[in-house]
Amino acid sequence: MASTIATILLILVGVSLLYIAYRTITGRPVERRIVFIYIALAVALPLFMTLPAPVQVTPDVERLYDALEELRPGSKVLVSFDYDPPSAPELQPMAVAFMKYAFKHDLRVIVMGLWPQGPQLANLAIEEAMADQEIAAKNLEYGVDYVNLGFQSGNEFVIQAMGTQFKRMFPQDDRRIPYDSIPLMANVTNFSNVDFVFNLSSGKPGTIEWVQIAVDRFGATMGAGNTAVQAPQVYPYLRAKQLHGLLGGMSGAAEFEKIVEEPGDGTTFILSQMFAHAIVILFVIIGNAAFFTERRKQE
Amino acid sequence: MRREVPLIITSIAGLVFAISFFIPLLGDAQNRFSDWVSIVQSFAVWLGLLNLTKVSLEKITRKREGWQYAILTVVSLVIMLAIGMFDGFSGLAQDPPVSYREPGTNFDWMFRYVYTPLTSTMFAMLAFFVASASYRAFRARNFEATLLLVAGFFVMGGRVPLFDLLIRWFTDYPLFNQFADWIMTYPNTAGQRAIMIGIALGIMSSSLRIILGIERSHVGGQ
Amino acid sequence: MDISNFLAAVLTLGIFSFLYKDNPVYRACEAIFVGVSAGYWAIVFFFDNLQKKFWEGVFPPDGSAGDHLLWFGAILGVLMLFRLSSKIGWIARWPLAFIVGATAGLYMITYFVSNAMNQVADTMLSLIVVNDVTGSIIWTQTIGALVVAVGVISGLVYFFFSKEHKGVFGATAKVGIWFLMITFGASFGYTVMSRMSLLIGRMSFLFRDWLGLIG
Repeated sequence: MASTIATILLILVGVSLLYIAYRTITGRPVERRIVFIYIALAVALPLFMTLPAPVQVTPDVERLYDALEELRPGSKVLVSFDYDPPSAPELQPMAVAFMKYAFKHDLRVIVMGLWPQGPQLANLAIEEAMADQEIAAKNLEYGVDYVNLGFQSGNEFVIQAMGTQFKRMFPQDDRRIPYDSIPLMANVTNFSNVDFVFNLSSGKPGTIEWVQIAVDRFGATMGAGNTAVQAPQVYPYLRAKQLHGLLGGMSGAAEFEKIVEEPGDGTTFILSQMFAHAIVILFVIIGNAAFFTERRKQE
Repeated sequence: MRREVPLIITSIAGLVFAISFFIPLLGDAQNRFSDWVSIVQSFAVWLGLLNLTKVSLEKITRKREGWQYAILTVVSLVIMLAIGMFDGFSGLAQDPPVSYREPGTNFDWMFRYVYTPLTSTMFAMLAFFVASASYRAFRARNFEATLLLVAGFFVMGGRVPLFDLLIRWFTDYPLFNQFADWIMTYPNTAGQRAIMIGIALGIMSSSLRIILGIERSHVGGQ
Repeated sequence: MDISNFLAAVLTLGIFSFLYKDNPVYRACEAIFVGVSAGYWAIVFFFDNLQKKFWEGVFPPDGSAGDHLLWFGAILGVLMLFRLSSKIGWIARWPLAFIVGATAGLYMITYFVSNAMNQVADTMLSLIVVNDVTGSIIWTQTIGALVVAVGVISGLVYFFFSKEHKGVFGATAKVGIWFLMITFGASFGYTVMSRMSLLIGRMSFLFRDWLGLIG
């Protein structure tokens, strides 16, 4: 029922854009609050719809998946949560899908954050992954199967020091257990003892710093999930094979959820994302149609 | 004293990090310096907090415009600090210790239900302004602007299943998805790489100027 | 009704009210945002760094020997607080100088290796990509390699301002501008995607977590 109403409303929104187009082209552009209403509707209404959006997995996401598939059970994965709540709609679905994949494939997960909010968002992702029945049945143990090292200040200098010794920057984990007493960290001195680094990043410090120091200086193997704003900047690293796979923005999250078969918020939200893009594209077209009409008149 | 000491400090710190890349023996000094950077950064955050408090209190006592809001800022700051300190120290006193950010703590509640909605919504508003700007300002005025617009157009429509759904009556092949991917992988990579190399060369030269003491603006010089 | 989600929804709608126009509710929420953010950051830096790394590093809880060299970091940090004083605020330049110097030293190398050398090396590859097994040319990748090489070189030519952009040099710079424009267009598309995602997050909170209208 809600889905049908939302679909009808969305069609009405689309049709009413014709009126906006007419007004704009005839030199009477609508005020910005009207544009705001259209965006709000384009984002909100699809949340009620049940249309399946065909997500296509891109090679960048496949590369990350292939790199993860090469990890054997028991491999140690360092996951750095370098983002804050505003970026969570894009990065949290990636984090949850990654955690589910890691726990189901018996990977040992070491969590940390270079952003103060990171370890708390990691807790949320772990909490959600643990709610999965298959994972809950494994009775994973903190300190053995996963650990949260917490946050450390110093941005890229933290990565630099971790190149020699993780313990230097994280003398205790988030629960104040001394580094040497954490079973999972028993044989982990630095990057050479972790099999894969996964970085979720929305800015600085983030993927760029991890590539520069952990990968290029200390030889870590790394994949990343980035906000869409940051993703275009890291493509050169991807091509140069400094990065093994990249998840970019909400579409990257949806693709990753599809390839690891863990549908979540990324898959749910992609429909809203699609309609929001459609509205922006239509507004660009309307604005430009008015611009060219005006220019022709002046000529 | 005011100029020379900071210049010497800058040079020593810079040289340690630059040279240790080539001489691993300096690695320990480098790690030691990283410790100090880490601690100084924390003090910098607290400096920001003290400064905010000072500015807000000045605003309140002198009844400047918006002083009522400054009261809210100070009160919410004090509440957050009090909750954090209480959770932090009481958590440390427990056996085994409990982190102040552990799910279920008051600090975590503040994070989930006060900090997150405020900060997320503040940034979410950008969506409206981007859309409004697209309608009012994003114009294909010349060839270069058209290129920008067309690239943006295909990336927006191709990265989500939008354009591919529109051509589904003709083909199931994800044509626009592949094209958006091609734009990102090749022309975008080329442009980003040119910018990246340009910035890298710029950073190298400015870093060298800072380490050699030629660039002195950070110590109050020309 | 869940009081926690209700509070979060009030704060969300309070911030969104700015979209209609600036109003006291928005300004109140903004003031709370500033205070809560500052408090949040201060607490995290206090417990994860000052208390855990510095204090327990100098005075380990297990009674082992402390690392007293950490005091240097704390002294530099305290000097930074002198910035609040108008008379001796200049002392704060010392820790600032330390941070600037350390960052310059680290960046000089990391940017040179990762963002200059490695990128140049990856551009200077064979322009013809051949399938290792069949020996046939992979046209999509070959064209891609050509696009990357032309784009990087012409883009760099555009950034070279010591020579006037005329003749062949000017034409190359022009091609560079085209590549940069495509790059900015792609970034624009991705920025729209990112901004919309943030809004989707809030809408999802309002309709799913708060009102429970979505399953």
